[in-house]
Amino acid sequence: MNPILTLESVSANYGPFNAIFDVSFSVNPGEAVALLGANGVGKTSVARVASGLITPSSGKTIVDGVDITGARPHRFVQAGVAHAVEGRSVFASLTVEENLRLSFQRVFGRSGVPTAIEKAFSEFPALERRRDQLAGKLSGGEQRMLSLARVLVEAPKLLIADELSLGLAPVIVKKIYDQLARLRANGTALLIVEQQVGHALKLCERAIILEHGRIVWAGPSNQATERLAMRFTEK
Amino acid sequence: MLFASSVAEDFLRGILQGLPPGAVYGLIAVGFVLAYKTSGVFNLAFGAQAYISAALFFHARNEWQWNVVVAFTFAVFLVAPAIGLILERLIFRHLPPGSALAKLVIAIGLSVALPHLFELLIGFEPVGGRTPEGLLPNGGGVFYDPFGVYPLSRNELTALVVAVIATALLTALFRFSAIGLQMRAAVESPRMTELNGIRADRVAAFSWALSSTFAGLAGVLMAPRFNTLAAPDYFNLIIVAITAAAFGRLMSLPRALVGGFGLGILIAQVDTFLPRFSANNSWVKAIEDNVTPAMPFIALFLLVAFWPPLRANKDQVDPLSGVDPPPQLPVAVVRTRFMTNLTHSVGVGFLSVVGFVVMTRADKSWVFLVTQAAIISLILLSITVLTGLGGMISLSQGSFAAIGAFTVFQLADRTGMSTVLAAVIGALVAAAVSGLLAIPLVRLGGMWVPIATLAFASFFDAVVVKLPFVGGGDKALIEGTRIPRPVIGPWNLTNDKTFLVFVVLILIVVSAGVIAIRSGTLGRSLAALRGSEVASQSIGVSPVRPRVIAFVISGFIAGLGGALLGMQQENVNYAGNFTPYATLFWLVLVVTLGSRTVEGAIQGGVGFSLFDRIIFRGDLFGWILRDPDRVPGFFPVSAKWRFVLFGLSTIGFAKHPEGLVESGKRKSHERMERRRARREARKSLEGASS
Ligand SMILES: Nc1ncnc2c1ncn2[C@@H]1O[C@H](COP(=O)(O)OP(=O)(O)OP(=O)(O)O)[C@@H](O)[C@H]1O
Ligand SMILES: [Mg+2]
Repeated sequence: MNPILTLESVSANYGPFNAIFDVSFSVNPGEAVALLGANGVGKTSVARVASGLITPSSGKTIVDGVDITGARPHRFVQAGVAHAVEGRSVFASLTVEENLRLSFQRVFGRSGVPTAIEKAFSEFPALERRRDQLAGKLSGGEQRMLSLARVLVEAPKLLIADELSLGLAPVIVKKIYDQLARLRANGTALLIVEQQVGHALKLCERAIILEHGRIVWAGPSNQATERLAMRFTEK
Repeated sequence: MLFASSVAEDFLRGILQGLPPGAVYGLIAVGFVLAYKTSGVFNLAFGAQAYISAALFFHARNEWQWNVVVAFTFAVFLVAPAIGLILERLIFRHLPPGSALAKLVIAIGLSVALPHLFELLIGFEPVGGRTPEGLLPNGGGVFYDPFGVYPLSRNELTALVVAVIATALLTALFRFSAIGLQMRAAVESPRMTELNGIRADRVAAFSWALSSTFAGLAGVLMAPRFNTLAAPDYFNLIIVAITAAAFGRLMSLPRALVGGFGLGILIAQVDTFLPRFSANNSWVKAIEDNVTPAMPFIALFLLVAFWPPLRANKDQVDPLSGVDPPPQLPVAVVRTRFMTNLTHSVGVGFLSVVGFVVMTRADKSWVFLVTQAAIISLILLSITVLTGLGGMISLSQGSFAAIGAFTVFQLADRTGMSTVLAAVIGALVAAAVSGLLAIPLVRLGGMWVPIATLAFASFFDAVVVKLPFVGGGDKALIEGTRIPRPVIGPWNLTNDKTFLVFVVLILIVVSAGVIAIRSGTLGRSLAALRGSEVASQSIGVSPVRPRVIAFVISGFIAGLGGALLGMQQENVNYAGNFTPYATLFWLVLVVTLGSRTVEGAIQGGVGFSLFDRIIFRGDLFGWILRDPDRVPGFFPVSAKWRFVLFGLSTIGFAKHPEGLVESGKRKSHERMERRRARREARKSLEGASS
């Protein structure tokens, strides 16, 4: 079986600034991988390459066995990759319901939208009470729920989740990770970018550690804690 | 009773009379809102697009003798969307979302370039003194009078019905269709739309095609309202439409239509009920006669300046803007001092040689053009201060310049004052007006300053110029607005070459002033504000004061330049020099060539005055070939190409906000740096091997 995502010696830059170098790894179907590292090491950049938001300067991105390096993000979505981006990842100028409708009408067609929306609301009743509110006015946690609600209903083959827990209360973080675990149980592969490694490592069986834009370690997640601790004691 | 019924009848007549123009305003307003909602572009070129379809329809009917349906389909449903698609594909697709100001500048450039380009391609000449025909046969000749108070022509009814139906259809599209939602999403963030699996480029292309079709439709429907068919009329109508759109906060389509009707009816009512004051007092009469058509401008200015909901942060920030690399630093910051000095000396040397040649060899017409180049450069420096240093865009620089010129005319005409002194007073008046205008405006977001200043310029154009104590009134119609040139001691400025020297001296002084401002406290405060208003406030830079001062200085320079331009032509020549539409080109020149530097302004002045003579007429070619007879047959090229060329160059503004000059400098700087690095690498290699 093909890995759902493969990066093959990918390098990427922002203008003159080189952010990641020679990054290679793959994620197999149904597998959960944690992408770890300190601030500014390039985790988000790797996630952006994996969903087509930035085009690598060299190397290949292969999704589900097809090389789609340089394709635009919508191709990645059609190939089964969903990306919950870092920070705000909803349309601030659309209402909660419109945000959901936008992503559902492509997959479910016109007639399927209402049932899909109801299903999303049943997962997150907090959102239903705000269905006509502009998504930009939601709290940070509600925005994260909204972007998760989308993928929960139309489970992708791979979900890239970038710092979903950032700035959220522990109860909500736990709730979000419960949802991720359910997604995973239903067969979605996960690529989790996290600062708070605890939750991520519990969920993932493999971890990748980045430093200065390069992969410095990859292995089973139960050894990642050791490896991370080692790095801190070295310094 | 009789009185009451006649008032009621007047009122009803006012409403009926206001409906047809209201429908036209509403139609453009709806199209304008549509463009803004779906592409985030404050599309001032909308009028130009409407003009093209109207002119094409007219041309197809009259020159090519096409059938109505064919001509209409071609102009509105083929060419109009095609223009939209081309603009999206070649220009707007490449701009990051949210860069509202850059898009506005490009739209201004397009509103200069597109009509001229169209006229050149088709061989169309603006029509005057003839009413273009409407869609239906004899549309201007058949009338319906349902209430017996005001007859509506068939053309007017068509526009009414189409406006209502089109707005209803569009509103439904937005509310109920998938593409409506996608269009709104794509304006906020094309990349996030892509992450929802939607092809954002197709959505944007559709948006452009749709709103451009609407522009074409509005253009053809409103053509019969004028007795001309010329681009400036359409540009002015856009300002009216923006007012209508402002009532719907630039977001609601039905409210834009209602705003259009409201405006039309309001104007008609004011026209009906405005008390007629004494006709003896010529300036009251001038206001009475002109205030009605100017109402939209007044309303727009007031709305923008004093109605906060209109400005409520519509500039959505793309959450994925962090994906783009940051902008680069200007060269002047990174370049070595030696290189800076070298470039400057080369520039000064070149100008000296040119000056010498002009003073010794040039004939009268060349001296005239060079003088004009220097004066326009001076005026453009006013834009350098405001736009380059202050990051604000004003579209009323033409009015400030006109204030300078009119003041000189009035003072010289009434008191016989020396025009040099009068020019200084004129500049001061312009500075005062500019400063007063700035006070309510400088707190507005970037996009609103150009709109409010455009409203002011239109008001100035429609009312203030007509006042006898400004534009000279009836007397000026006969005698013109003459400005004599003075004699200061041994200097006789009626001599063209002496006048040139005089102008160049002023230009040098003002340039030095602008450079001093740029590196002084004011320049630094403005730069800080350009970066971030909030951050600047936290380090103690007031957001108001530096900007108002920038407006004052800019107004002074523009006023001085206007006065000099009047002196040079020995006439104010308002219609030729200073109308809002004509002076759009000034801004275009400055932002394309470089708004931050004095060189940019000077090159702009040269481009404005000399491009035509040197390049388009083939003089340069003839000189290079040393034989005027061998100049190729396609010379002389039409002077309209100048507008097309520079108008289209604003496209570069998004990629190089620093202007063409600056980006050229950067490229050569980078080249030199690379060469040096290579040389040094070689040297160290040789050092290592030996
Ligand atoms: N748009 C951009 N332009 C220029 N440099 C950028 C841009 N985005 C990120 N970078 C740089 O690239 C490097 C990697 O950034 P990235 O966002 O991938 O890090 P990260 O590991 O996600 O950090 P964090 O944990 O803080 O989110 C950083 O040094 C950052 O400064
Ligand atoms: Mg990150």
